[in-house]
Amino acid sequence: MTLLYSEVEEELRAAVRGLLADRCPPAAVLKRVESDPYDLDLWKTLAGEIGVAGLLIPEQYGGAGASAREAAVVLEELGRGVTPVPFFTSAVLATHALLATGSADLLGELAEGRTTAALVVSFAASPYRPWRGSSVNLDGGTLSGTVSAVAGAEVADVLLVPVGGELYAVEAADAAVEVIPSLDLTRPVATVRIVGAPARLLGPCDLAEVLRFGAGLLASEQLGVAEWCLDTTLAYVKERHQFARPIGSFQAIKHRLADLWLDVVRARAAARAAAGDDSAVTVAVAQAWNAGVAVHAAEEALQLHGGIGMTWEHPLHLYLKRAKACETALGTPGDHREALASLADVPGPEGGQQ
Amino acid sequence: MNEADIKHRIDAFRGANDPENRLEFLRARFDAGLAWVWFPEGLGGLGVSRELQQVVERELADTPQLNTGVQGIGLGMAAPTILAFGTDEQRRRFLRPLWTGEEIWCQLFSEPGAGSDLATLATKAVRDGDEWVVDGQKVWTSGAHHSRWAILVTRTDPDVPKHRGMTYFICDMHAPGVEVRPLRQITGEAEFNEVFLTGVRLSDDLRLGEVGDGWRVAQTTLMNERVAIGGAPVRRGGGMIGPVLDTWHEHPELRTHDLHQRLLSLWVESEVTRLSGVRLREQLVAGQPGPEGSGMKLSFAKLNQALSGLDVELKRDLGYDDWTFRRSEDVDFYGRGAGYRYLRAKGNSIEGGTSEILRNIISERVLGLPSEPRVDKDVPWKDLPR
Repeated sequence: MTLLYSEVEEELRAAVRGLLADRCPPAAVLKRVESDPYDLDLWKTLAGEIGVAGLLIPEQYGGAGASAREAAVVLEELGRGVTPVPFFTSAVLATHALLATGSADLLGELAEGRTTAALVVSFAASPYRPWRGSSVNLDGGTLSGTVSAVAGAEVADVLLVPVGGELYAVEAADAAVEVIPSLDLTRPVATVRIVGAPARLLGPCDLAEVLRFGAGLLASEQLGVAEWCLDTTLAYVKERHQFARPIGSFQAIKHRLADLWLDVVRARAAARAAAGDDSAVTVAVAQAWNAGVAVHAAEEALQLHGGIGMTWEHPLHLYLKRAKACETALGTPGDHREALASLADVPGPEGGQQ
Repeated sequence: MNEADIKHRIDAFRGANDPENRLEFLRARFDAGLAWVWFPEGLGGLGVSRELQQVVERELADTPQLNTGVQGIGLGMAAPTILAFGTDEQRRRFLRPLWTGEEIWCQLFSEPGAGSDLATLATKAVRDGDEWVVDGQKVWTSGAHHSRWAILVTRTDPDVPKHRGMTYFICDMHAPGVEVRPLRQITGEAEFNEVFLTGVRLSDDLRLGEVGDGWRVAQTTLMNERVAIGGAPVRRGGGMIGPVLDTWHEHPELRTHDLHQRLLSLWVESEVTRLSGVRLREQLVAGQPGPEGSGMKLSFAKLNQALSGLDVELKRDLGYDDWTFRRSEDVDFYGRGAGYRYLRAKGNSIEGGTSEILRNIISERVLGLPSEPRVDKDVPWKDLPR
């Protein structure tokens, strides 16, 4: 396993980055977040033409048969752009859950980008508490219940609902999806209510495993967010003059950015490790580190931009909101550190003697 | 040359040499080009990709090894500088005994008046026929007391701005006029020294690089130093977190919730730092060295200090293993008791470039940020206030 990027991965990155620069720069994202956050035209191009929707789907189902490493590179770019497309929710989380069921027809539709799916699970759940925010029951072939803080449900054609150890499909039209005002403007969450909806059994679902897989790849999106914050701040402090000097020539600022760079360097290594190995330790390490680095990068970016960083017109707040929401998504850094106590054999005190 | 070719060579070498005689074995290994394979043939290498060194180390892991604690400065700093700037004769003379450990090296760079601002150094070298006469004082010289040679930077032209008037030498530590005095550290022992140079005569063939080009030569040494400190591979749970985890496992009664939270955070930071090191070495092997190297020492220092501090707190041990003023045999970050490790780690953010200077280097060379206004750039060295 390598922690570097392959040539194929770099080509994929260039294709995605080029398209995003052309179609959906941060200013364009900002313009649409209050009315219609998701850019589904862009998603169609990304999914269909560049083929990102089928990256994780084997060729036998019409996908690209790529690995998590390629999906991770796409996530880095989408994080860099806070791009409002349902790649993570449909092509990563829902697709990974679906793969375990071997539902060929649905996988085929997802691979083509014709259908978008969402896994009906709270974004605040974690591999350690997968059912947080979910209460759905099966009753005679229909599903009923509520799941809070679901990401990507409002743009999904089909909802994949885990119940017990099984995964069910519910048509979006048969559920009530209510988007709530969300901290993350570019990936809002919704309350999903299902009342006696007809459900199709797809197969087995190990929800904790699905969430762990997602958490590992989310680290790459967090890396992208942090990279944009660092790069944008570097450009700004070279440009912005006070006291007749670029503010980036003051050591007080240079040293903060050197430290931030070092955090990002380590986030890149952690993200690459988790993209190549979704074992519990590697994922927990990547989440425990990268979630915090993304938030810290956005916070540093805001402070070092001064007043302009506090305004709605500058896109920086989109990154801060994404980073802060992602800190909670699929387990907080604290949840992942706590998990490492047993995963890495660093057990806590018994009874807490002093 | 590929992995199979190298293995073939190693097999042939092992068949012909007896590891029982350590020194003879190491000499033969050097002569077989299996010392540092990326060095040129005839100088302990085969002129092949550095990647293949891993194969050599793996295959020869059960044979006599170098003493990196004592040879660190020679291997990590002097050797790459001699390779880059030495004459053929200097390379042939110095590299073999440097590698085998027959000759130990130290570094005569810092001075009482030139620390972070190394380029302001004042030790002067004056030409006298085929020789140079060196006068001055150097400090923080680890291992000077068992060194045969030193890498030395001197002022040869005080009339030009500081970066331009320096010249780099190999200093004979046995020459008359070289006096080594131990400098006691906060740990109680003396790992490093003050070195007084009084009328030391060095022949011109000990000069490394051109007259006046000493700063450029020194940069090669310093870049290698930063990789040498903090760039070494560690396994998961290795390095400074190792002894802390040992105590943690052996003494469950010492654990508290507070220490547990902090230890888990440091465990994560150690692990992502380790992964960055793995990635950095992969980049080097792939021939795409990244700027990540500049950061390794910075994270290494911070982690060592935090972990060794936590270790003292965890143990609740108010004792200290030994304050005796003695010479240390080698540089040891991880040995002895927790108190020693805590105190020794304080040096990690000072030695080989302070963390503050490293942040300047990262921000200027990696991130492209402008430097602070420089008041000493165009002033002749002799006119600088000091």
